[in-house]
This record gives sequence, C-alpha cells and structure tokens, in this order.
Amino acid sequence: MSHDPAEMSEDDERPPPADRGRAEYADQVLENVLENVLVFLTCRRDRNSVSLVCKSWCRAEALTRSELFIGNCYAVSPARATERFERVRSVALKGKPRFADFSLLPPDWGAHFAPWASAMAGAYPGLEKVYLKRMSVTDEDLAVLARSFPRFKELALVCCEGFGTSGLAVVANHCRQLRVLDLIESEVTDDEVDWISFFPDGGTSLESLIFDCVECPINFDALERLVARSSSLKKLRLNRYISIGQLYRLMIRAPQLTHLGTGSFSPSEIVQQGDQEPDYASAFAACRSLVCLSGFREIIPDYLPAIYPVCANLTSLNFSYANINAAQLRSVISRCHKLQILWVLDSICDEGLQAVAATCKDLRELRVFPIDAMENNEGPVSDVGFLAIAEGCRKLQSILYFCQQMTNAAVVAMSNNCPDLMVFRLCIIPRYRADRITGEPMDEGFGAIVKNCKKLTRLAVSGLLTDRAFSYFGQYGKLVQTLSVAFNGDSDMGLKYVLEGCSSLQKLEIRDSPFGDSALLSGLHHYYNMRFLWMSSCRVTRRGCREIARQMPGLVVEVFSWNNNAQDRGEENDIVETLYMYRSLARRVDAPKYVEIL
Amino acid sequence: MESIVDREDGLNLKATELRLGLPGREESEKETMASFKNNKRASPESAVADGSKGDFDAGDGDRETAPVAKAQVVGWPPIRSYRKNNFQPKKAEGEAGMYVKVSMDGAPYLRKIDLKVYQCYPELLKALENMFKLTIGVYSEREGYKGSEYAPTYEDKDGDWMLVGDVPWEMFMSSCKRLRIMKGSEARGLGCGV
Repeated sequence: MSHDPAEMSEDDERPPPADRGRAEYADQVLENVLENVLVFLTCRRDRNSVSLVCKSWCRAEALTRSELFIGNCYAVSPARATERFERVRSVALKGKPRFADFSLLPPDWGAHFAPWASAMAGAYPGLEKVYLKRMSVTDEDLAVLARSFPRFKELALVCCEGFGTSGLAVVANHCRQLRVLDLIESEVTDDEVDWISFFPDGGTSLESLIFDCVECPINFDALERLVARSSSLKKLRLNRYISIGQLYRLMIRAPQLTHLGTGSFSPSEIVQQGDQEPDYASAFAACRSLVCLSGFREIIPDYLPAIYPVCANLTSLNFSYANINAAQLRSVISRCHKLQILWVLDSICDEGLQAVAATCKDLRELRVFPIDAMENNEGPVSDVGFLAIAEGCRKLQSILYFCQQMTNAAVVAMSNNCPDLMVFRLCIIPRYRADRITGEPMDEGFGAIVKNCKKLTRLAVSGLLTDRAFSYFGQYGKLVQTLSVAFNGDSDMGLKYVLEGCSSLQKLEIRDSPFGDSALLSGLHHYYNMRFLWMSSCRVTRRGCREIARQMPGLVVEVFSWNNNAQDRGEENDIVETLYMYRSLARRVDAPKYVEIL
Repeated sequence: MESIVDREDGLNLKATELRLGLPGREESEKETMASFKNNKRASPESAVADGSKGDFDAGDGDRETAPVAKAQVVGWPPIRSYRKNNFQPKKAEGEAGMYVKVSMDGAPYLRKIDLKVYQCYPELLKALENMFKLTIGVYSEREGYKGSEYAPTYEDKDGDWMLVGDVPWEMFMSSCKRLRIMKGSEARGLGCGV
C-alpha cells in the first residue's frame, strides 16, 4: 500500500525543499500506518469524519474504503465516485424516492443503474457485492455485472424494476462464485426464460436465494436439483408458484435452512379426503436452525399446524400475505415466545393482536397491513389492538400500523410504555380522521410519541393533524431523521416548525398538505444537511422553487408533473405538482422531458 | 383544507360530519381531476375492491370521472401495489387467465399480459406504459393517441389490426388476439381519422 511520492505533492503541509526527502518518507510511513488502521473502520459515518481531517487522511480513507454506500444515486456522478474510491469491493446504491412505491413518481423518471454498471466495470474489477434499492435495472445491466466481475458474490435487488428472467439467467450462469441472489419486492418481467436451470452443474456456493417476488412459474425439478447441490444454502424464499408438496421436497433436502419463505403453502390441486399427503410437520421439525419464516402466499389454514415444531425458535414471522383469523393466528403465536419481528394482515383483528401481546414479550418490530385498503368507518383492527400491543410488548422498537380508527389515548399509551421506539409509522387510512372517541385531532397522540420516545428517528403521521402537531415535532423531534406527512396540517407554520426544529432531519416527504413557498423558504439553513425533500400536491409555486434553486446551488431542484408536454411549463405563480430536491455534486443528464430542473 | 372557522371552537365539525362518501371528498375529487389529465386514473383497486363494475362503458372520456363513492386518491393508503393485488378476488379453479402476446416495435422480446387483470382501457394502457417504459397518452376517437409516438394496436379475430380503444372494452376483450405497440409514422397513420 505504499504511495507514489508524486501523489503526495498535493499535500498542503509540504516541508521546505531541503528536507523534502525525509519528510516525504515520513509522510509515506504515516499514510501506510493510517491505511493499516483505517482498514478496520467499517462504520461509514466514522469514515466520513476521518476523510475530513486533512487531505492525506482523505486519501488514505478513500484507498481503504471497501464498502461504498450512495444514498441517492444522483448525489454524485459514477465517474466522481469511482475516481475517489479506488478499491471498492461492495457497492450499495439507492435511487428513486420512496413515494415512487405508491405511484407518485411518473414512469421512466430515472435511477438507471446502467451508468454505474459501466463505470464500475472499468474501476472495480474485484467487485464482489452489489446492493440496489429502487433502481431501474435492465437485463443488459445484469449482463454487464455478470461479465465484468469474476469474483462477484452477492447481488441484492430491492424494489427494483426493468429486468426479467433473462437477466437472472445471465447472472446465474456467469457468476460462478455467487453466494447471494436476493430479489426482494422487485418487479421481474416474465421473459419465459427458465433461469433456475442456468445455474452451473456441480456444487454451488449459494447461501441465499430469495425470489418470492418473482411472479412467474419456476422449473421445479431444476430448483430441487439446485437446492440439493447447494450445501451452504441457509436462506431460501420461494415464490407463490411453489406448492406445499413441492415445499416439502425442498425442505427435506435442506434441513440446514435458517430462513424459509414457504411459497403458496397450499396444494397445487384440490386435495381429496383420504389422499396421502406428506408429513409436513416432520419436515419443519427437521429444520432445527429455522429462525425466520415467511411466504404463506395462498395459505390454506388447515396446514398451519405443520409449522408448530419451529415456533419456539422463531425470531421472525411474516404472515403479511396470510389471510388468517384471530384463532388461527393464536394457535401459532402462542408458541412463539422468542418472536422479535412479526408482520401480519389485519384479518387477525384486535383479538389476534391481543394474542400477540400476551405471548411475544420480546417483540421488537410489528407491521400490520390492511386486507382492504378502502377508507371505511370501521376496520378489523383499531386502537383496541394497538393498546394491547402497547401494554404487552414493552420492548417494541419499530411499528407500522394500518387502521381505520385510532384514539390519542392509545397512542399516548404506547409512547409511555415503549421507550425504545425508533420507528413509529401509523397510517389511519381515512384521510383527516379525528380521534374515534373524542373527535379531536390526533395532535396529542403523535406529540406524545415525539416527546416521550427519546430514541425516535423515523416518523410517519396520518389522521387529522393541525399545525400544533407539527410544533410538537419541531420542539421534541430532535433525533428524527425521516418524516412522512400526508394530508395533514393547516398552514405554512406546520412545515416551518419542522424545518426550524428538527435538527437531525435528513429525509422529508410530504404530500397533499397546505404548505407553500413561505414554509419552503424557511428551510434554507438546513437543506444541505438533508438527503432530500419531496413535496407533491402542496402549495409551493414555481417561483418559490426557483428561489431555492437560486440560493442553493448545491441542490438539484426538480419540478415535475404528470403532464408530459415540455413546452407547457407553466407560469411562475403556478403551483407545482411535485417538487423533489436533493443535495448533489452532479447535474442530472438523464432527466426525462417532464422533469424541469430549476 | 377545512377553513380555520370550522375549527375555532375545537370541534372540527367538518371532520366528524356524518355523510355518505369519503371524508375530504371535495379535496380528493379536485386532486383526482387535476392529476388525471392524461391516462392516469383512480387506482384500479377502488373498482375491484368494490366488486362492482360501474365504470366500464365504452371508451370515452367519462371513464375518468368515476362515481363519487369509488373516487380514490392515487397512492393512498401508502401500500405497495403488489400487496394490494394479492387480495383481489382469486380466479376460480379452472378459470384461466386471458394471456395475449404483446410486441413493441424495436424491442427484442415479446411479453405476455393477462387481459383479465384489467377492467378498462386506462388500466391496460397504464400497464403497457409501465411494462415498456414509454408514454402512450390519451385516446381520442378522432385523433387516436395524439401526442405520443406510440400507438397500441391489436389484432382481432378477423386478422385485422385495430387501434386499441376504438371499440367498447368487452368487445375488445373478446376479440383481441395479440397486441402490438407501433412506433412512429405507422402509428400516426393508424390513428388518423378516416
């Protein structure tokens, strides 16, 4: 790791010419020592701090950084990133803003992986791991990955789209050292390519194969042979085209699994009474290391007892596709004393949540998804189940809860009972809904959360909220990094409170709230500290956005609407449909026509 | 937003008002009108979850003004679409999907889509736009898909190539054999009136 002395001429602390030889030698030793120390530094915040000390520390840090994390793919150009960090083995890239998940981002907006793939192909021949979230990835990009990196080992595509089974086939076939192929919540086009068959013959190094989001049939025989020859396989998550009978055959070949996604969890044909069915429970019992269970995509609840043997050891259970009732849930959950993570559907009702609260004393994360996403007067879960959880699961750190009705009292109770809460996301589905019992806004409940939960870093709000709620967020939410607002607030003051008070704010996403230019301009002091700000269907005008862009050249200010005419830009006083702005060292060169960069 | 007056005495009568229809409906209708200039429409889930099909008349502009009770705001509640789609009424045993091939001029691969998943033209067009990463635009009887360089066409039972949207949805469903997204001048030629 020694330096070319010519490089060190950039160093500010150059000694006078007479001593240059000795000083350069000393510098070289220092840098070597530094590099040998920095190699052990893994936390990227620490690394960022190190790089700010001085130029030589910056260089040393850059040379020893092997894991590159880029939270916004448009914050820096691929060229600049690969120039600064020369020896990277692992890259994580995030692209589209989160509201893209809810159809709020027009198609073809960007976050293309292609320019990154080609830059890395040249710069990082030793690349081993790629993690992409909300990126647009094509089959050709996957081919570039497969061809360019002989030591490639791990690929994780989360919430990505643009590729298909043909791209997967190329990765399976060419990446001979592949350990991890994780496709999570991604959209995979069915090109009718049998990608599972493309894994090479002979033993594989596969440790994790996750494809539960792939919506096309799988060649089961090929999969069974693949599992049989992958002795290191620990994580296997099947898609819904795998029947329970097929699951059985896979499980008996892989009793070493720690993470299992069960596929459909129903038989492929109608099973008549008296049919011989395999002993599913014994297959589960044989998986003594199983700690994480998911799947159940088309569950027939009669088969639930099969999983009883593993419940005692489960730390993570994902029933969020399982339309089961309270009693069916209870039969399982009452055995899951070690459970830390639970995802469920609201089909389990308040009663089911009470069963969870009674048993899962170690619960850290709970997510309750709605079966019916319509706005209704009543729903299967409410403040009743919420309160039960608050009282039973005192170690809760993260909650995502969808419901039709809520009370301030229940939310306040959780704020008092669960001091470890870091992530609080409550979605009262009917917009502008007040406290079910008092008819008041939900200000006090959400206010109590920010006030009492001292570790809170992520907050998503809903229901009827006045500016008062936002004053609480600004006053008490000093550690809040991510805030999501939708159909809340009364006036510009709401947003002002947040921008002036939430000093740790990094990601702010707002939709359909009455915040305008005056509020927008009150955040100038803080925008460079943030990753991004998203405001859609609010009251900011083109004039306001342009003023931000004028005063803050280090921000990219994107303004767009669903109207595709580039000629039809609109007046300065027009309200913009969407504002998306982020700090950046680069200008976007690939913006579609409907995006205007101010 | 509700005016300050409504909330002066802290009662917020508007929010607790009993009425038919969704809370904040006026807002949402304004939003949905404003947002749906082109072919974006109220989320398909609204129609499906209702189990009714009141909206599916022949291809005309009224499609977008959905009846009040079904008007839903795009992207709300914030649940990813694959989660919503999972609980649509399952196809009955033995009822196959209606798969047709879709080709696009210039694209190397054919795709397949299940027409039964869609309830009306805007949903189908949206799906095609997402699949091929392009913009097709709004259908008009006179001018076809003006404003876009693409036009969705289909081959019907008689082997003729027709512009998608010309006939009522049900008729399209029963006669469509395959789809082709045409590009360029050929598309404009087809879209032209007589």
